[in-house]
Amino acid sequence: MKKLIAIAFALMPAFALAAGGAGVPLDEMKVDLEDKASMQRGAQVFVNYCMGCHSAKFARYNRVARDLGIPEEAMQENLIFAETKIGNLMEIAMRPDDSKKWFGATPPDLTLVARVRGADWLYTYLRSFYKDDSRPYGVNNAVFKDVGMPHVLQSLQGMQEKGCAPVADGVDPLTGLQHYTDSCAEDADNKVLFLAEKGSMSEKEYDTAVADLTNFLVYMAEPMALDRQRIGFWVLLFLAILFVPVYYLNRDYWRDIH
Amino acid sequence: MSNDGVNQGRRRFLIATTAVGGGVGAVGVAVPFVKSWNPSEKAKAAGAPAKADISKVEPGAMIVVEWRGKPVYVVRRTDELVGYLEGLAEKLKDPANADEGQQPSYAKNTGRSRKPEILVLEGVCTHLGCAPKFVPEVKPQPFVDGEDWKGGFFCPCHGSRFDIAGRVFKGSPAAKNLKVPPHSYLDETTLLIGVDEENA
Amino acid sequence: MSKFQAFMGWVDHRLPVTTTFEKHMSKYYAPKNFNFWYFFGVFSFLMLANQILSGVWLTMSYNPSAEGAFASVEYIMRDVELGWLIRYMHSTGASFFFIAVYLHMFRGLIYGSYQKPRELIWIFGMCIYLMLMAEAFMGYVLPWGQMSYWGAQVIISLFGAIPVIGDDLVTWIRGDFLISGITLNRFFALHVIALPLVIVALVVLHILALHEVGSNNPDGIDIKKHKDAEGRPLDGVPFHPYYTVHDLVGIVVFLFVFCFVLFFWPEGNGYFLEYANFEEANPLKTPEHIAPVWYFGAFYTILRAVTFDIGPINSQLGGVIAMGAAIAILFVLPWLDRSPVKSWRYKGWISRLNLVLFGVFFALLTWLGTKPASGLYQILGQIGTLVYFGWFITLPFISAKEKTKPVPERVTG
Repeated sequence: MKKLIAIAFALMPAFALAAGGAGVPLDEMKVDLEDKASMQRGAQVFVNYCMGCHSAKFARYNRVARDLGIPEEAMQENLIFAETKIGNLMEIAMRPDDSKKWFGATPPDLTLVARVRGADWLYTYLRSFYKDDSRPYGVNNAVFKDVGMPHVLQSLQGMQEKGCAPVADGVDPLTGLQHYTDSCAEDADNKVLFLAEKGSMSEKEYDTAVADLTNFLVYMAEPMALDRQRIGFWVLLFLAILFVPVYYLNRDYWRDIH
Repeated sequence: MSNDGVNQGRRRFLIATTAVGGGVGAVGVAVPFVKSWNPSEKAKAAGAPAKADISKVEPGAMIVVEWRGKPVYVVRRTDELVGYLEGLAEKLKDPANADEGQQPSYAKNTGRSRKPEILVLEGVCTHLGCAPKFVPEVKPQPFVDGEDWKGGFFCPCHGSRFDIAGRVFKGSPAAKNLKVPPHSYLDETTLLIGVDEENA
Repeated sequence: MSKFQAFMGWVDHRLPVTTTFEKHMSKYYAPKNFNFWYFFGVFSFLMLANQILSGVWLTMSYNPSAEGAFASVEYIMRDVELGWLIRYMHSTGASFFFIAVYLHMFRGLIYGSYQKPRELIWIFGMCIYLMLMAEAFMGYVLPWGQMSYWGAQVIISLFGAIPVIGDDLVTWIRGDFLISGITLNRFFALHVIALPLVIVALVVLHILALHEVGSNNPDGIDIKKHKDAEGRPLDGVPFHPYYTVHDLVGIVVFLFVFCFVLFFWPEGNGYFLEYANFEEANPLKTPEHIAPVWYFGAFYTILRAVTFDIGPINSQLGGVIAMGAAIAILFVLPWLDRSPVKSWRYKGWISRLNLVLFGVFFALLTWLGTKPASGLYQILGQIGTLVYFGWFITLPFISAKEKTKPVPERVTG
C-alpha cells in the first residue's frame, strides 16, 4: 500500500513531462462534420484498413450508415462482413489475447479515440510512420514513439524515412540528371521525415485520405455532435426570449419597493 | 410596498407570459426524459426483422426463429393437416379470424398464412404467455377426449389447445387465436419475419 | 375560486400547506438589498434538482459493473434516444453545481453570513459541501474511464497515509486488493442513494436554520430591529413574490450559460470532461497525467504542496493532514472571525484586501490542481497554501484589532 502512495506521489512530477506529450508539433487539421463525402471515404478506409485489428465496439453500422448518408444496402454490401447484421456494434473477431501477443499491446478500441487524442494528433500520427529496422514491424512513429502498430497504410503512403531529406541542388552537367545533396549534416538533430519509397497515392492524396479518416473518427467519437449544436441553438433562443417577460415581471414587482 | 399604482392588467399579462414560457420550458425539459424511454438502438437492433431459411424444413416439421425476443414457430404443414382445417370451424372460438389484431390482413384465411403449407406463428400462448407445444401427430392424445387430435399446439401451462393454424379450440382458457407476426418472403426459401410488405 | 379555497381548507386541516408556504415564502421577510451574490444559493438548489433528475434517468441505463460500466455510458451517449443530453446535463451540471456552491460560499465570506447567529447555517452548509465532494468523487468513478480509475486510486490511497490502520483501511474501502468492480458497486450505491439522501436532508436543515434567524444581507444588518406596526421588518420584503420573480431572472441567465456549455462546450476543454476519461479503465496502464476534476483542484494542490518531512510526519502524511486541515478549518470559521461587523463593507482595508487575496489564491490553487506539480507550479502551490492557511490564522487577530467603520441603522441601496 505504501508503495502505491509512493507511486502516486512519485508520478506527480512525472506527469509534468508526459502531459505535454513528446513535444512533437502537431499538424492542424480542420474537422468538418458536414462533409459527408469525406466521412464516407474515411469510413471506407476505417473498415478496410483499421478494422482488421481495431474495433469500434460502441458504434453501430446502421447508425454510421444513417448519419453519413450511406444507403443500408450499400453499407451491408461494401462495409460489413456478410454474416454481420447492420444493427450490430462494430466489433472485430480478433481476440485481445492474440493481438497482445502479436503487437505487444491489444490494439485499442477506436470509437472514442478522437475524444482522447484529438483530431490534430490523429492526423499527424497517421502521417508520421517511418522506417526503423530496430522495431518488430520495421516502422516507428514520430508522434507515438515505439508504437506497436505496423504501418497499415504503407501501400497508400509508401514508406518515409527519418533523416536528412535529399534536396535537388542542380543538374549534373555531364549526365543531365538531377543531382541531390543531403539537406542536413549527418549528426544534425533536426532530422525530418521524407518519403523514400512511393505508395499508390501522391503525398497530397494521402494527406486527404488521412484527413477523411480523421474526420470520420471525430464523427464516430461523438456522433450526435451536430444534433447537439442544432438543439442547443433552439434552447438558447428559447431562453433568450423567456428572458424578456421574466425581466419585465421582476421590474414590475420591484417598482412597489423602490 | 403598497399596491397603489400597480397596473394590474400589465402585471397579469407578464405573469401569464412568464407562466406560459415556463410551461413550454418544462415541457421542453421533459422531452429527453420521455424520449429516453423509447426502445434504444440496441433494442431496435435486437428487434430487427429476422431471416429464416425454410428450405430445410421437412413437411410436418417446425423450426423456431427468434424475433424480438419471442419464439416464432415456422411449420411446413402436410396436405393432410391442411385438409383438416376446414372441418374444424364449429369447435373453434374464432374460426373466421374475426379478431383483427391477431393476424395481418394477408393471413385472414383458413390456413392463416401467405402460403397454404407454411404457417408462421408467435409461440406465445394468448392465455398467459407460455410457449405452446407443437403436436403434429394425428392420433388420440391425452388432452383430447373422444376423437382424434388433428394436429396443432397444446399449451402445457393451462391446457389451451390450438389447431394447426393456431386457432383456439372451445373449452380452452385462452380466448384468442395465436398471433401471426408480420412476415414476408424474400424468395421461395427465405422468410423474413417482422416485415409486412410484399417483396420487402 | 371558492372551490379551490374549499379544497385548500380541507388540505390545511390535515397538512399545514398554507402556513408552511407563508412561513417560508410569502411571509418570510428577506432584506430588500440582496445583490448579485445572493443568486448563487438558488442556483445551487437548481443544480441539485438537475443532478437528481438527470441522475435518476442515468441509472436506468447505467450498468454498475467493471465489465459493463464504460460501455453502458457509451450506450447512453449513443443508443438511448437523447441519452447524450441527459448525460451532459449530469456531467455539466456537476461542474456548475460546484461553481454555484463556491460563489455561494464566497458570498458568505464577504458579507459575514457565517457570523453569530448564523453559525449553524454555515456548519450545515459546510457539511453539504463535504458530502458534495464525496458525492462528486464517487460519481466520477462510475463512468469507469482511465481518470475515474486512476483518480480513485490516488484519492483512496490518501487514506493509506494514516498511521497504523492506513493499509487496512484502504483495502476495506476498496473491498478488494485493487480498485475493482466491487469498489465500483459500493460507490454506485453511495452515489445514487445514500449521499443524495444525506445531501437533501442537510439542505433542508440549512434552509430551516436560515429561515429561523433570517437572511443576512450585504450590509450585515439585522433587519428585524426596525419593524412596522404589524411587525414586518421595514427593510424586508416577502420572499414571494419579490424574490421569486427576482431569482427567476437570475435563473434564466444562469440556464443560458449552463445550456451554452452543455450544448456547445460539454468537455469544457478537458476541465468538465477529462479527455483521458474517454478511454476505458485499465489497471495496468497509468495515464500520462492524472489530474482531478477542477473542483477538487485547490485541495489537491494543498495535498501536493507538502514535499518535505515535518519532524516525525513524513511528506505523504503531511500532505494528507494539510488537505484535511484545509477543509476542517472552514468549519470553525464562525469562531475565527471576531470582528464586530459582519459585512466587509464596514471592515477595515486589511480585511478587505485579505479577502480578495484569499479568493484569488483559492482560484489559483484550483487551477494549479489541474496542472502538474513541478517547478514554478510547485512553488506557486506552496505559496498559495501558505496564503490559504495564513488567512485563517491571521483572521482572529486582524478582525479583533482592526478599526471598523460605523454600520448604518438601515440597509443601503
